[in-house]
Amino acid sequence: MDKKITDSRDIRDNVHPKIIQVLLDADTDVTIEDALENEMILNMGPQHPATHGVLRLVLRLDGETVIACVPELGYLHRGYEKLAENMNYYEFIPHTDRLDYISPMANNVAWVLAVEKLAGIEAPPRAQYIRMMVAELARIASHLVAIGSFAMDVGALTIFLWTLREREKILDIWDILCGARFTNSYTRIGGVANDIQPEALAKAKWFIDQFDENLTECEKLINTNRIFVDRVDGVGVINKEDAIDLGFTGPNLRASGVEYDLRIAQPYLKYNEVDFNIPTFAEGDSLARYFIRADEARESAKIVRQVIEKMPEGEVLLNQPKKVLPHKTEIYTKMEELIYDFIIVNFGINPPEGEIYHAIEGSKGELGFYLVSKGEGHPWKCKIRSPTFNNIQALPKLVVGQMISDVVAIIGSIDPIMGEADK
Amino acid sequence: MEIKELLQQKLKEQFPETDFEFSEFREELTIKFPKEKVVEISSFLKSDTELEFIQCSDVTAIDWAKRKNRFTIVYNIYSFKNDFRLRLKADVDESDCSIDSVSLVWKAANWQERETYDMYGINFNGHPDLRRMYMPEDFEHYPLRKDFPLLGIPGSLPLPKK
Repeated sequence: MDKKITDSRDIRDNVHPKIIQVLLDADTDVTIEDALENEMILNMGPQHPATHGVLRLVLRLDGETVIACVPELGYLHRGYEKLAENMNYYEFIPHTDRLDYISPMANNVAWVLAVEKLAGIEAPPRAQYIRMMVAELARIASHLVAIGSFAMDVGALTIFLWTLREREKILDIWDILCGARFTNSYTRIGGVANDIQPEALAKAKWFIDQFDENLTECEKLINTNRIFVDRVDGVGVINKEDAIDLGFTGPNLRASGVEYDLRIAQPYLKYNEVDFNIPTFAEGDSLARYFIRADEARESAKIVRQVIEKMPEGEVLLNQPKKVLPHKTEIYTKMEELIYDFIIVNFGINPPEGEIYHAIEGSKGELGFYLVSKGEGHPWKCKIRSPTFNNIQALPKLVVGQMISDVVAIIGSIDPIMGEADK
Repeated sequence: MEIKELLQQKLKEQFPETDFEFSEFREELTIKFPKEKVVEISSFLKSDTELEFIQCSDVTAIDWAKRKNRFTIVYNIYSFKNDFRLRLKADVDESDCSIDSVSLVWKAANWQERETYDMYGINFNGHPDLRRMYMPEDFEHYPLRKDFPLLGIPGSLPLPKK
């Protein structure tokens, strides 16, 4: 390399030489009309307000054009996979809240479904419907944050307040439902912690009724706003083949024109009993990734409405004392239940020897758990397949060739949650 | 023909001399084979027009602690065409802790292999950029190995310079 590389403030002291080397080695085919004489290496994050947490990017720039990009992860690594190996299946439920902390309910559902598949049990229908409802509400909440913060990243501040106002209503529902607004830990193996209260159900119904109108109001702020549309239209394009190859899932993949949704492709819970569409966009740019989230939130609202209408009566926790923690009232009055309660609390649920992978369509994409059991109370191995981790992997592909100011817009459009990417 | 039978038949036809081990648990198919064949088999599964396993969802390893082949590398691949998820497995021994990289077959495997290297210390031969994923570059241990204590090793993570 004969070009001179200038560094932003003492970058060589703060960036590991290996990362610099990767940046310099990157073979780049970006052509710039009047290239400057020198290139620059710029560090962005991990304490940058627009990187959605602790994402760190090291960029190589020519003028204002990005010619190479290396994302650095691990600033929020807490070792949940190691922790999972050292606790029983029940104990890990609260930890799943901290993965994708914008939609903790969906993570709870994903974890218990994986454990139930491993143990070979199935929750009663009412519990499954409740899980579906909370998972869809979690998706709406997550997409609202994604839309709001994406718009805020590119300078539209008002919509963030409006979408968070809507999300606040969902958090209120969760408050009634399980007593917690953020870290819910609401699901249990074999069902949910408690039956849904009439107030929570009424509030959910009210929320769905007014949601469409309010979302439209939010969209009106930016959908026809040229400042916003021109800023993100055609920015960070990725085509179908690359999106699949780089591991995109969820809304990001559907924005590139792949009609793939785990709720349809491999239905879990009772998704085959409700009617909804999968919105797709062919463009694969940041604008499409914004549109798809708004459309998906509407579809989720449709699902929640159907779930409320169809919700069957009955138990919300499986009555199978050998596998599932029994109700407190039964523990106090029946001998058998008391014995199994002791066994489960002390030794865990001991699923049979084997391995399973179960994934749900989380709000960011395919959220899966790979569990290996040796027939003991705690998993021998737990691997979290987090969607954000794979989405961020495609970031260099998206930002290379774009302007430095577009990097912020692109990060916002793929909606990364670092709690999930770093595990 | 059902996809599971088709897979078994195709693999046996294509690689007649390789020992395949097919197993099923909870209706999920797992195929185990010797580690030398991993790139060949992966490319075949990806490029075959009837199978088309074009997405690699996950790469990870299992540490069996006391077995002869201490590690098992697990690939979780998906075929959009057949709507089918397949698990590939290959054993790796501690004395030769390496396997060929499939990151040239599936680009998504790049970071997934880096993560596996970071957590288990498996070397992926031919990987374009094998650095640590989460832990600092100068960290010496592999945290997800069973002999790494849950509480960590005191002093193994250096504090930042003042």
